[in-house]
Amino acid sequence: MSTADASARAERAIEAILADMARAERGVVVDSPPGAGKSTLVVRAAAELAAAGERVMVVGQTNEQVDDLTSRLAAGHAGLAIGRLGAQDYAPPERVARHHNVRAERSLPGLAECQVVLGTAAKWATASETAAWPWAIVDEAYQMRSDLLLRVAGLFEKALFVGDPGQLDPFSVVETERWLGLSWDPMSSAVAVLLNHNPQVPVHTLPVSWRLPASAAPVVSEAFYPFTGFTSATGPQDRALRYNTRAFGTNAVDTALETAAGSGWALYELPARHTLRTDGEAVRACAALAARLLERGAETLSERSVDPLPVTPSRVAVGTAHRDQAAAVRAALAAEHGVTDVVVDTANRLQGREFDVVIMLHPLSGRRDATAFHLEAGRLCVLASRHRHACIVVARAGIPELLDAHPSVEPVHLGVPAKFPDGWEANQAMLAHVSKWRVPAG
Amino acid sequence: MTLLTSLARVLAAETGRAQPIRAVRHVHLSQRPLVFIPLQLAGEACAPLAAMVGDDPGKPQMLTVYEPRDRTQRFDFAAGLADIVLGYIDGYTTADPAPDEPYPDAPQLLVPNGGGITFTRLLGRSTRFRRTEGEYAVKRTVPLLGRWLSFYAERTEAPASALLLPMTAVLADHWATGQSEAEDANLAALLGWIDPPDGMSGPQAARAAENPVCCPPAGPATDPSFDNEVLSARIGAIRAARAAGDGAALHRAQVAMKAALATQLEPTWKLMWRAVGLLRALPEGDHVSGRWKVDRWAFTSHVRWLRDGGAPQPRRDGAVAAARKLAVLEREAQRLEVQRAYDDPLVMAEYRLTGEAFAGTVTEADPARLDTSGRRAKLRPRIGVETGDEVLAQPGAKLTSPARPNQDALVIEVTRAGGRTRVLLELEKGMGRSLTPAPGSVPAVGERVTYTTLRDDFQQPPVFPAVEDTPWTHGGPPPAYVPADEDAVEEWS
Amino acid sequence: MNLTETRLARLRGRAMPRNHDARTISALAANPGCARRALMDAAGADKQKLAAHAGYPAPFGQSQFAIGRGNAFETQVKANGAAQLLTLLRGHLGLDIAEAHYTDLGAVGSNESSELRHIRTRQRLTAADGHAGTMFDHPMLRLRVGGRYAYLEPDLIACKLHGKFYVVEIKSFAVIDGQADPAKVAAAAIQSAVYVLALRDLLGDDEKVHHEAILVCPENFANAPVATGIDVRKQLTVLVRQLSRIARIEDLLATCPGDLTFDLDPDENQVPRRPPEELLASIRKVAANYVPECLNTCELCYLCRDESQGTTGALGRQVREDLGGIEYTAQALALAAGQEPPPDRAEVAAVLVRAAKLRSELRPAPRAGLS
Repeated sequence: MSTADASARAERAIEAILADMARAERGVVVDSPPGAGKSTLVVRAAAELAAAGERVMVVGQTNEQVDDLTSRLAAGHAGLAIGRLGAQDYAPPERVARHHNVRAERSLPGLAECQVVLGTAAKWATASETAAWPWAIVDEAYQMRSDLLLRVAGLFEKALFVGDPGQLDPFSVVETERWLGLSWDPMSSAVAVLLNHNPQVPVHTLPVSWRLPASAAPVVSEAFYPFTGFTSATGPQDRALRYNTRAFGTNAVDTALETAAGSGWALYELPARHTLRTDGEAVRACAALAARLLERGAETLSERSVDPLPVTPSRVAVGTAHRDQAAAVRAALAAEHGVTDVVVDTANRLQGREFDVVIMLHPLSGRRDATAFHLEAGRLCVLASRHRHACIVVARAGIPELLDAHPSVEPVHLGVPAKFPDGWEANQAMLAHVSKWRVPAG
Repeated sequence: MTLLTSLARVLAAETGRAQPIRAVRHVHLSQRPLVFIPLQLAGEACAPLAAMVGDDPGKPQMLTVYEPRDRTQRFDFAAGLADIVLGYIDGYTTADPAPDEPYPDAPQLLVPNGGGITFTRLLGRSTRFRRTEGEYAVKRTVPLLGRWLSFYAERTEAPASALLLPMTAVLADHWATGQSEAEDANLAALLGWIDPPDGMSGPQAARAAENPVCCPPAGPATDPSFDNEVLSARIGAIRAARAAGDGAALHRAQVAMKAALATQLEPTWKLMWRAVGLLRALPEGDHVSGRWKVDRWAFTSHVRWLRDGGAPQPRRDGAVAAARKLAVLEREAQRLEVQRAYDDPLVMAEYRLTGEAFAGTVTEADPARLDTSGRRAKLRPRIGVETGDEVLAQPGAKLTSPARPNQDALVIEVTRAGGRTRVLLELEKGMGRSLTPAPGSVPAVGERVTYTTLRDDFQQPPVFPAVEDTPWTHGGPPPAYVPADEDAVEEWS
Repeated sequence: MNLTETRLARLRGRAMPRNHDARTISALAANPGCARRALMDAAGADKQKLAAHAGYPAPFGQSQFAIGRGNAFETQVKANGAAQLLTLLRGHLGLDIAEAHYTDLGAVGSNESSELRHIRTRQRLTAADGHAGTMFDHPMLRLRVGGRYAYLEPDLIACKLHGKFYVVEIKSFAVIDGQADPAKVAAAAIQSAVYVLALRDLLGDDEKVHHEAILVCPENFANAPVATGIDVRKQLTVLVRQLSRIARIEDLLATCPGDLTFDLDPDENQVPRRPPEELLASIRKVAANYVPECLNTCELCYLCRDESQGTTGALGRQVREDLGGIEYTAQALALAAGQEPPPDRAEVAAVLVRAAKLRSELRPAPRAGLS
């Protein structure tokens, strides 16, 4: 598919969504696979509603994400009066503050003149108005818990819910089965509860990923979005990752980097061993790969620019399952390579973000047994779908054996829909794929 | 589980003796708890068979259902249990407190295990909707018992509540055994590891406890071979005597059945009180009484609700009620985690091991230090702490010390040398109002201190819509709940 | 018989191969990493008998009250041409099946073979296209398990509606206010999946059997039944996976001694004569993968638990994981006490030393400290 075709398909999808919004009784849900233009849709829908004379509230989940949307909306629509609703300790960052059409306030009265007001769900939940807004746009709606939606839903009459159903589900520190099977289970996602009560609300899917390269879209689509699927907006020739310096001989780290540049994937495989979660060897491998990538002057070619763009540290991420693993990688990067600005974080915190290259410490690496946490499809999906160019998986050998011996007995709760894709199947599919680009650690 | 607990398990396995993993008791333990051991008929959702109940180890009261499939006898059991439980509860409400105070103490129920909790919940569910007049009328106390049991069962979902406790979970929280968590669910085996009989090792006692002949299960499920070899014959004899209209034989058969069931209950009764004794020997954690006060308030509110003619709890929570309860549970869970670590050095050790806390000695202190960079001088003492623990905290992190929970400690600098770490902290709050710190409010040189990222910050409780304002995303306002006739006459068979 | 079948027959010895049923087939997923169990299941060995003779009788028993309750509920739901069931299905599937037929495919005579019944089932099920709704009781299904057909005689009703079959599973555990014991529902779901798979196999068309099974249970505290749909697509993939694993049993066989057998050497009254120690020694020649979860699922659990004493795995998967894969408790303690670790254990050793130090710092006089 050419990029022009992709644009046409995406445009048709967006037009269908906007058309459905125009005749919606209650709202529209849009499933957006990784990098499928979710923010573009949010910004465009907000602007079109505002142009039609409607006031719009935009509900995000984190300040970071709301600031992104605010600056994009402000940059694209200079004539629009935009409000940024923030909490007591919120100070607008430079990318928001520099726009003259954005006004930041701690409460709604000061934003009465604004046509579009953006804020986090937690902040909106403290607003005391009722049904003052004809339209809301709820972003990252699959990561929003339904009890939070309950607190903000009284503010609006209709809503556009946008989110990625393949990422991690919301969670709670409390374990209870008390509400399982209820259509309004407070621990399930906002979208699930909304659709339980409003089955007539149409569900759209954005069809193309602008982020994932041609090397990643098919495998991610098949493993994590089995029922809807999506394609890459770019072809194999549209993107390239290359280095300004040559590799040293047959060093495994360099081989993995070359493999990743050539195919978009690499599996940097350490010898099989059961280890602690903070497996030192794996941690050092993640750090070494990230540092070496920068050291060799990685640069990318893509539809974004005619000239190659350097891969800066902030365009590289190391993703882990656990916080202590992230801390260990961060420490290794700083201590052994003097690198501090590569993004190192857990899958939970990398949700919704985009990088050129992602190095993933495989959640099952070094483990003897898998748990539901480590097998969760959403966790692997986040880690495998943040990159524009390449993803390098760091893992100990032995994961196929672990998966093979995994007992498949999960409790089943009446009235709770089975979750797809199955974590086991998704892990198996991804591993089978990246194993084609296996690089044994030296 | 954590590495420290896992290490304690390994230690227990190697030494043949359970290892304490807590320095203090983290649950409230009443002076006279009500021990409740229910048994139910196999294959049924909630068919009571027998129960042993009481607050005096020497005087267990026993209830028996001679025909577990008979509806009337089940309600007789419920009425009998109501007499005991309601009588026990009434003992705590003899004098009413001031309107803004909770009762000074609250009744505490102890069951052997998680199954006991489920039984309590289901028995509450099957009795709370009953009517005391009209068709299928039951004794006045039955629906009242149902509301109480439902209340107690619901409180068990609050992680910090001690109103109704499953003994196995409480013991397993305080001791690590040399067996698996799955095996710890057996009360006799668990106690065998913690407090084996003379001349036996932990594993020997635990193995012996798995033999249902000498250690009957702690319920509510009975041992299948007891069912097949003893109970069925006893029930058969009762049915035969009743069919023959032989009163004397019926009485004999009933005595025999009660005796048979007593053999299944008495060992667990003894174990329960032994466990109470073991727990009582542990000193109580500092925050336990504060959490018990929350329980006392919950109890007090329920008493007042019932006195105002409170309707039975609905079958399931509505959208607003569910979200509201989840918010409370999450808040309590978070607070509990912090309090347990503050109360107990062994719990704090888990955080020290992962670098989320460190303990060390104050090596330098500048208690009078003023920050004069602003318009007004501010008291900002600094202390240096040296520790052998791993420190994950970075400059800028805000830490707290359990000894001074109201004081913030800002990490200024972390330096490492020779396996030791020096952390420079700047203190704020909790030192009085003047520009010189109140005595003892700044740690002195030589003092042992612990600092951690765990904090119990005040949080504004979330605001939820009123039930009648339930939004369209959650199904809109629900119809008002009226206990339905079908609830009251629901079969129990 | 091919070589694999010969080897499996030798393993089993003179005992009749134990027929698989939906329960044993679904149990294949409980601990697929266990070679001992996989071999015994593939060979059709009677694990219960073997465990008992080796001196470790299984801790499972079933109360006659539970059995009685199950049978009574099923009889009640199926009474009068499954009248109660029909009412339920009408409501649950929202379909007009007023004129549903009820066909019992149970054995005709005492000597009708499973194979014949299976053929008869196939004929009746494939011929049933014309009716608006038909319920088939006691169909004889079969599934290939490790090279042999297992005949499944489910107390199940396959309900055909508009050309599509639904598996109806009747269970006597209660659904209370819409919730039921998740472990029991899980067991019912995977058993239903066995039937869905066998039914698809019989009809030769996956599309003809719906992936939603209908679970019929008593509601609340009464006997009145309630129907709930359960999506068994996940369970189907799990089953297919486990069945293909057991079909690859040669790999496991290759690792066992050629003369290995679990034969009990029964006398003419079927009383085993083989010395228990000898049997035990044979069983131990095949590696087990004991985890505490086995205590709920496997007849050999006590035998394997005994043998795994001293391992960290016997204390639970979590303990083993926390200890970074150290196999033995004694080794963990030695490392915690400061013993020089092998190079590949240096990291975990360092953490254990810190943990042990913390413990002894905080519990200066433990009842039984680190020795």
